[in-house]
Amino acid sequence: MIQLNTFLIISAIVFSTGIFTILYKKNVIGILMGVELILNSVNLNFISFAKYSDAQINGQMIAIFIMILAAAEAAIALAIILNIYRDRAMVDVTLIDEMKN
Amino acid sequence: MASFYIALLFLAVGFLLVGLTVLFSRLLHPRINYPEKNLTYECGIIPEGESWIKFNSRFYVIALIFLIFDVEILFLFPWAVVFEELGLLAFVEMFIFIVILLVGLAYVWVKGDLDWIKPRPELAHLPKEKGK
Amino acid sequence: MEINEMLFLAIALTTVLSALIVALSKKIIYSAFALLLTLIGFAGLFIYLSADFLSMAQIMIYVGGILILILFGVLMTQRIYDPSQITAHNSIWVSLAGGIAMAAITGAVVWLNPWGKTLAKDFEYSTSRIGSELLTKYLLPFEVISVLLLAVLIGAVYLGRSREVHK
Repeated sequence: MIQLNTFLIISAIVFSTGIFTILYKKNVIGILMGVELILNSVNLNFISFAKYSDAQINGQMIAIFIMILAAAEAAIALAIILNIYRDRAMVDVTLIDEMKN
Repeated sequence: MASFYIALLFLAVGFLLVGLTVLFSRLLHPRINYPEKNLTYECGIIPEGESWIKFNSRFYVIALIFLIFDVEILFLFPWAVVFEELGLLAFVEMFIFIVILLVGLAYVWVKGDLDWIKPRPELAHLPKEKGK
Repeated sequence: MEINEMLFLAIALTTVLSALIVALSKKIIYSAFALLLTLIGFAGLFIYLSADFLSMAQIMIYVGGILILILFGVLMTQRIYDPSQITAHNSIWVSLAGGIAMAAITGAVVWLNPWGKTLAKDFEYSTSRIGSELLTKYLLPFEVISVLLLAVLIGAVYLGRSREVHK
């Protein structure tokens, strides 16, 4: 039978994969994909807890707001990435270090 | 929940049709390769330059505007479902929501981001266009 | 095993495996297309959690919007003459350690709590309830979202606009 734990385990695996993606990729867009994976797994967590508790609709509302914030974040992040690419002709995060010192 | 199985069935049949078509064409077509065949087809002319050209960032701006209004459309669905229950209240709330976003639409419209044609460069030696 | 659970297993496996492809593939464009499968898999999982509206929202916003933007980003930032820069990665062992540490923490939390015994509610369509909650209880967040979207639209269009327009 499909239980709450099944969803939580799927969500945990995808969350860890997202963390791994963020650490592993040097390409900014790859890092953005990792962030999307993490946000999706968090959404899954919210909705599965909502399904197995009494306040079913509240978790879904939070998930909707997370989804919209993810859309906003992706739009802004890609605009910034395109500007960096236009100035420097690269998208490698390890080379973008002007503000380090 | 049963209606989602129908959606899944549509998805599966769609994948299956495309997959079978590709598979059959792979099984049936003769494999004769020569360099001219592998060229990109450009109306019979020999293609020039790389295919990895950089896209105009105008495409990105249009996609961005699409995303924002896509999110707006998403909220119209639950609003339309409960519109009859809530009546005028729902109408006013959605009106405010849409008007705030219309400001954004007006901004991109006035700034010329929706114009597809690039502005004509004003060079001194060119005669001015009529009506300008 | 019922057909219901077999389908669930297939969807869950697709989601997890394509997430792994997103993480591990060498070319960023393959990651983008694997992300498509992951997002659709999540939409399928949402249906099992009686979140039918959210499943459609997932397809509309993530697949139809965010993924398109990411694909645009991938296509526009391809460095033509130096492909090694697109495919560069950090050390896999350090990243793997980070991912496994996170998996251990979340796994321990799932393991130590008695969440497996809670019972599921029946499936119910959620669109109308979401609509009425959105327009009454969550009214302020709903209106603030429009301001947020306005700010995102103006800011991102300003950043993304090509420079020639200004001159």
